[in-house]
Amino acid sequence: MESAMEPLAWGAILASVLRLFLPVWIALVATFALSIVFKRRLGLYGKLFDSTVGMIGFGFVMFWVFTALFAPLIETRDVLSQISQMKNVLPGTPIPDGSGHYLFGGDNLGRDVFSRMVAGSRIVIQIAPLATMFAFMVGVTLGLPAGYYGGVFDTGLSFLANLVLAFPVILLFYLLVTPEIVETGLPQYIAVVLFILPLLFLVLLINSRYYVTPGFRNIVIAVVLVIGGWAYLSLVSEAGTKIAVLPQALDIIHVPANILIVFVSVVFVNAPTVFRIVRGIVLDIKTRDYVSAAQTRGERPWYIMLWEILPNARGPLIVDFCLRIGYTTILLGTLGFFGLGLSPESPDWGSTINAGRKLLTIAPWPALVPAIALMSLVLGLNLLADGLREESLKD
Amino acid sequence: MLKFLVRRVATMIFTALCVTFVVFYLTNLPPNLEKVAKSEAGSRISDEEVASWLEKNGHAQPLLKRYGEWLGVMPGWTRTDDAGTVTGRCIRKGEDPATTRTYCGILQGDWGQSTVFKSDVSKILATRLSLTGILMFWVMVTMVPLSLLIGVLAGMREGSKLDRSLSTFSIASTATPEYVSGVILIVVFASKLVGLQWFKGTANSAMDGITFENFALPVATIVLYGTGYIARMTRASMTEVMTAQYIRTARLKGVSFANVVMKHALRNALIAPFTVIMLQFPWLLNGVVIVETLFNYKGFGWTLVSAAGNNDIQLLLGCSVVAVLVVLVTQLISDIGYVFLNPRIRIS
Repeated sequence: MESAMEPLAWGAILASVLRLFLPVWIALVATFALSIVFKRRLGLYGKLFDSTVGMIGFGFVMFWVFTALFAPLIETRDVLSQISQMKNVLPGTPIPDGSGHYLFGGDNLGRDVFSRMVAGSRIVIQIAPLATMFAFMVGVTLGLPAGYYGGVFDTGLSFLANLVLAFPVILLFYLLVTPEIVETGLPQYIAVVLFILPLLFLVLLINSRYYVTPGFRNIVIAVVLVIGGWAYLSLVSEAGTKIAVLPQALDIIHVPANILIVFVSVVFVNAPTVFRIVRGIVLDIKTRDYVSAAQTRGERPWYIMLWEILPNARGPLIVDFCLRIGYTTILLGTLGFFGLGLSPESPDWGSTINAGRKLLTIAPWPALVPAIALMSLVLGLNLLADGLREESLKD
Repeated sequence: MLKFLVRRVATMIFTALCVTFVVFYLTNLPPNLEKVAKSEAGSRISDEEVASWLEKNGHAQPLLKRYGEWLGVMPGWTRTDDAGTVTGRCIRKGEDPATTRTYCGILQGDWGQSTVFKSDVSKILATRLSLTGILMFWVMVTMVPLSLLIGVLAGMREGSKLDRSLSTFSIASTATPEYVSGVILIVVFASKLVGLQWFKGTANSAMDGITFENFALPVATIVLYGTGYIARMTRASMTEVMTAQYIRTARLKGVSFANVVMKHALRNALIAPFTVIMLQFPWLLNGVVIVETLFNYKGFGWTLVSAAGNNDIQLLLGCSVVAVLVVLVTQLISDIGYVFLNPRIRIS
């Protein structure tokens, strides 16, 4: 045990960190090996492995996805446990009881910076892609008919979208994510409206596809409505708040109020931009010949929108999806940076940067480590989007 | 052109009214008002006392009426209590109720009082905005030429090594939000750990006088995040122009590459970035809020955060009006500028 009490040098810190990430390396190597072997059979995803930039970006992104997945294996310490002698210690300082080291140093409360960074990846990887997906479903469900039909519906929705976009993002966060607003239940009401749209999207998708086989369609839609409706009600209803429609026993999804608000506000900020993008693409595509052909065949409007126009708009939408996850990650960091929504103890990167920035010139690592982590994830997503854009333009 | 202008301005005013109404509603929710009552009249007052305080100060009226008063299109409330003293929205302490104005909202220049700074909101905003203006000025002076240069250099020969490296730089720049680049810049250039300590990690002293030492890091932080986006847009526009027929013709005529870029391509390639640069202002607003908080520079962004954090309703409303106007006016300028710069749209 004598040697374990020595502070680690930079080389030894690096070696231990690389060893701790072993599950991530194995998963990364496996993903890349399988993808490269079968890349000709994997469509756009496979083509990604023809582009160096795309592969580098994909590597960064998958690194954090696997880190989030294996976080309990990688973390060396409990993220909340504080050791008073370890306040602001240098990276590689041994823990007094000899149970290991603080590989990336300690923060101002004596917590392990390394483990908090790993745990923080979990919060980001859980919220950012899901929130972006919800924003996309909302934007697509509203953007398709707005672009296809035009008219008053389009004018009204475009005005609403511009209204939301006229708010400076930070002001909107400060207005939505405060305890007073939470008390009024407003974020929950927004959730009620926003989260019904993905369900509507699914129903429309199935209905337009299987319209000609009503028997089969009715069964599928009934299943989707029961499962989706339950998930929806369970998500928006929370005991002890303004909206508690489901009885406790049936309420299986428990989203803490503060996480729900963060989620809702991020979706709320992103959806109008997605709406505008989808609307613009639809305006362009609806003049194409295959759309006129479908109209002449007598296809119904929603079939044309969802099964003729949407698949042909996938290129730019997939690229924007990747970029938008990155942007959502930045927004989550911004929320954390201003101490909005998430609890101050939460190990998410934004909150950690916020906690560490006061002692930046004396003990920089508590803020620097999550800052670099966040940057590498967003950089990976942007490179991935760039690679996808290049490859999707080739054909 | 005139019809277009009138329609755009009318939409803008309507949007501004809607947005300010939403902000007004969100800042004047019952819990917020209760907090104000408790901070003004004492934190241990009962619910009835809160209600009567709100009643006495005109907060119990219908929402639309209060919004109209705040905006200045409805007469301010007045109230005569049992002793016969007249109080009202437009009547300040010691003023004669008979001679005061009927309307006093933001349209009349009456922005209310800040409860935290104990001063007129308009005065606070004027000083804070001038500080932020200085920051914005230096950001623009650095960011616009830098990003245009990067974009043009990258876009003039698509796929070249220069293009690859500059494009990667642009991507990296858009992936680094202010709170990340700010932290990294402070650690590298201002901390004891690295030991360079060329610049100061706070811009507190910059409020009295700007020096390179105290202002370089805040400006660089905002510039770093904004540059990438403008550069990418410029590059896209430049590559598009470089494949146009008239560029090929000029090249075939034997005009040198430098001349083609400078005289033929540049003018057309800069139309799209103009719109992007104008639309960057609302983005810069976010950056300004983060950077002013990080570097403790007490400008507009810092004021917004402090007003929101302290439930300073009038000041927050004032900040919102300014922020929303910045967004809407830049949108308008970018629309008009785009039409003005692009002859194909201008003529039709």
